[in-house]
Formats: sequence, C-alpha cells, structure tokens
Amino acid sequence: MQIPASNLVGRFLEWFGNIGIFFANVVRSGITPPYEWRELVRQLDEVGAKSLPLVALAGAAVGVVISLEARYSLSRFGAKSLFPATLVYSVIQVMGPIITGLVVSGRVGAGIGAELASMKVTEQIDAIEASAVNPYRLLAAPRILACILMMPLLTVAADACGLLTGWVAQAMVEPLSFQQFIESGFRGATFNAFVPPTFKTAVYGLIIGLIACFQGMRTTGGAEGVGRAATNSVVLGSLFLILADVVLVKFILVVFP
Amino acid sequence: MSAAAHSDTVMPSVLLPAHETSLAVAICNVHKTFGKHHVLDGITLTVAQGQTLAVLGRSGTGKSVLLRLIIGLIQPDSGAIRIHGDDISGLSLDHLGAIRKKMGFLFQHAALYDSLTVAENVAFPLQHHRRDLSQSEKQDRVRHLLAEVGLDGDLDKMPSNISGGMQKRVGLARALALEPDILLLDEPTAGLDPISSREIDELILKLQKEHHMASIVVTHDLSSARTIADQLALLDRGKVVAEGSFEDLQQSDNPFVRDFLKVL
Repeated sequence: MQIPASNLVGRFLEWFGNIGIFFANVVRSGITPPYEWRELVRQLDEVGAKSLPLVALAGAAVGVVISLEARYSLSRFGAKSLFPATLVYSVIQVMGPIITGLVVSGRVGAGIGAELASMKVTEQIDAIEASAVNPYRLLAAPRILACILMMPLLTVAADACGLLTGWVAQAMVEPLSFQQFIESGFRGATFNAFVPPTFKTAVYGLIIGLIACFQGMRTTGGAEGVGRAATNSVVLGSLFLILADVVLVKFILVVFP
Repeated sequence: MSAAAHSDTVMPSVLLPAHETSLAVAICNVHKTFGKHHVLDGITLTVAQGQTLAVLGRSGTGKSVLLRLIIGLIQPDSGAIRIHGDDISGLSLDHLGAIRKKMGFLFQHAALYDSLTVAENVAFPLQHHRRDLSQSEKQDRVRHLLAEVGLDGDLDKMPSNISGGMQKRVGLARALALEPDILLLDEPTAGLDPISSREIDELILKLQKEHHMASIVVTHDLSSARTIADQLALLDRGKVVAEGSFEDLQQSDNPFVRDFLKVL
C-alpha cells in the first residue's frame, strides 16, 4: 500500500521532534547528579577499546588503497614527490574520519540499538524506572558521552594505521624512509589542517550514540522490534553521519581556513 | 475501601477523602485510552496502609495498565493518582523517583537485568539509593532479602540460569530492597506450577505481615487472590464492576461477577 507523501513528511517531522525531546531529556538528566561514572567507564571500554581492532584494520586498509591509487595517479602526472603529502592529507582530512565513523556506526550503533531494544521489550528499562533510577541518566547519557569522547581517539588510531600501512605499501615498491615520509608529508602542515577534521568526529559520535539510544529505548514489538532497532540505528546513524560530514567539511573550511 | 460489593454500578470512591494521607494509594476517576481502545474508564480505588487489594478481571481489561499508572510508567488521560496524598500526574522523572522509592514493583515476567547476577539484581536499588550503606552492609542486606525469599544459595547465578518461579522470587526480593511502603505485584503466580504458586502466595502473606505494606496484586488466579488479599476489585471493560471482600463478591447479583467466581 502506498503511503501518502504528507504522511511521510509528518512521520519524518514527528521523528525529529521526538529525538529532540529525547536529547533534551538526556542532557537534562546527564548534567545533574548523581553521575553514573562506573557506567561511563564501562561504555568507554565498550565503545573505545573494543572498537579499536576493527577501526585500526579499516584504517590500515584505507592507507594501502590510497597509497596504491595515489602512486599510480601521481606517476601519470609526474608528481610522485607529492605522494607523502597526498597520503597524509587524504587519510587525516577525508578518509580516516569518515571510515572510523562508519565502522563505529556499524559496530557500536548496532550494539547499543540492539542492547537497549532488548532491555526495552523485556521490561528491563521499565524496571530501572520503577526502581526510581532515571534511565536517561543511567543508560543513554553514558553511551552517548562515550561515543563523543572515543570517536576522535579512534580516528587518530585509524589515521596512524592508515599512514603506517600507506608508507609500507610505498616503501615496498621504492625506497622511502619513514622519517622522510613523515617530514615530507607534514611539511607546512598547520593546526587547522588536521585538528578540526579529527575533532569533528565527536559530532559523529553524538549522532551515532543519540540515534542508537533513541531507536533502542523506544522499541516495541518483541524480537522483530529488536532487529528493527539495530538496523535503524546503523542505517540512520550512517546516513546522518554522511550528511553531517558534508556540513562539517564546509563549516571547517569557513571557520578554519 | 468500601466493603460492600456492588451489583451493577460502583459508587465512586473518589468521594472518599483522597487527600487523606492514611491512604497509601488513591486512584480517582482515572481514564486511559490506547488508540481507540478505552482501557480504563473512570477507575476509582483506594488502598490503606497494611491492606492488600487484589485486582481481578479478564485478560485485556487494563489490570496491568493500572499498576503501570500507579508507579508512573504511563500517565492517565484524566483523573488523579495519589500516593500517600501526593498526586503523581505530570511529575518529572526525578520528582517521581522520590515517590517510587516508597514503592516496590514485581513485573509479570520478573524483568530481571539479564547482564547482572541474582545478587546484583537485588543490590541494584541499594547501589543507586543507599549510598550511605557500605558495600558489606549492602551485601548483607542482599543476602537477607534473598534468604527471605528462599534463594540464599543462588547469589551468583545469572537470571537465565534459574527457573521462572525463582526469577519471580528474585524480582520480589528486588522489589523489597528499599523497604517499600507500597508493593505492586503484576501476576505474581502466572505461569507457575501449583506448588510454586502456593509458595509465592505464602511468601507474599509472610512479607505483608512482617512489613505492614499496602499491596496491590493484579492476578487472574482467584484462589491466589482469595489467599493473599483483604479486598478484591473486579474489572470489566475498563470499569470496576465489584469491590469488597471475597464474601462480599460472592453475594453479588451481577452476572459477570457470578460468572467469574464460578471458576472456584
């Protein structure tokens, strides 16, 4: 059955309104004591340390791919000397942040969405509330904050792995010391070139954590609802992350020229 | 609560002084609708401290919804719910939290936290609300609560590794952790074998005697309700069609009430 366009627009606006109210509740609960430090530390481990191998692997793969492509393209234009800078800027400014965001969205977004949805359909979130504990403070705030704090660190790890494997891929073809590679790659680099693109991933963390917690905590409908929450967490998280990247790139170019 | 059973209509107990603080729970003319389904249609009930009310009725008559309204998990469309005289409608989560600390809730499927052990489940309310207690005091309290429900040897088991009856007992121990004034029990014996049901009933009776709580028990189990409750309220199509003691209900000439009691 075809859903009228006005209905779709209405549902879209309703979703935005609801996630806005949810976010306001999380912020209000998160900034007032008692603070859930233990849960935050657990989530930092869950989001950060446990995502590190996957993020590092993805970063390493991206480094190799960019290295192979860049060497071929630059050779065609006789600009092989630009290889280190091309690799450094491509990895740190463009590919590292977005690949880290998508990997974390897949792993952490699905995990949070499914975990909270499962708790919701088995009435565990109601039980938390019935025990006079604020579920926004206990469940949502630490997860979202952990995503915000860990995304820049994971991005740095992905960037480092990408640069390392990119250099290895190049060094296997023609001699290039690591020191030469780094000096050449970062020559003339400024604060604005690398720091804002890395810290913009904190916004990705907010998007991933917020959407996953929202989708999980409003789930209905048993096992099917849990699956739907996990899928929606990843799909919507990745979609809004890519859209946010477009906005943030323009914002960084304007504010940090 | 009014002791007389009612035949066709029930006199609204809202006429009772609902602000009176001797009443642990006062539900005053509460309406609740889900979509087009009018689940609760002007429910009025009161429970005094130390009293046990069993809410009976067919499936889908809004019994569990009533309990969720009392603890503030959902809001009524209209009407008031007073806990010790305080209206809980429209309170923020944190203000509601202060009132919820006086209440214990046993969910129909126990709703134990599946990532925590039995002992951690019972300790959960203590960890969050009794920061004045040391860890060893909390552990002692958890052991005492689990011993009270007959599970002192299962502290480190996970909820998935214990039976449904044991999960209900753990849920009950968790509900009692903060020494509540009001205990809300949603189908405490549903899905249990007759022996486990009787054990749960005896346990509830024992706890009521020891702790002098106001209790509201939602159940389909008429014999269980007769055992543990002082007063019964029978719901049909969102309304209270009869309330009073079991003997009062037996005297009712309402065909639905007579039909319902025929099971016994």
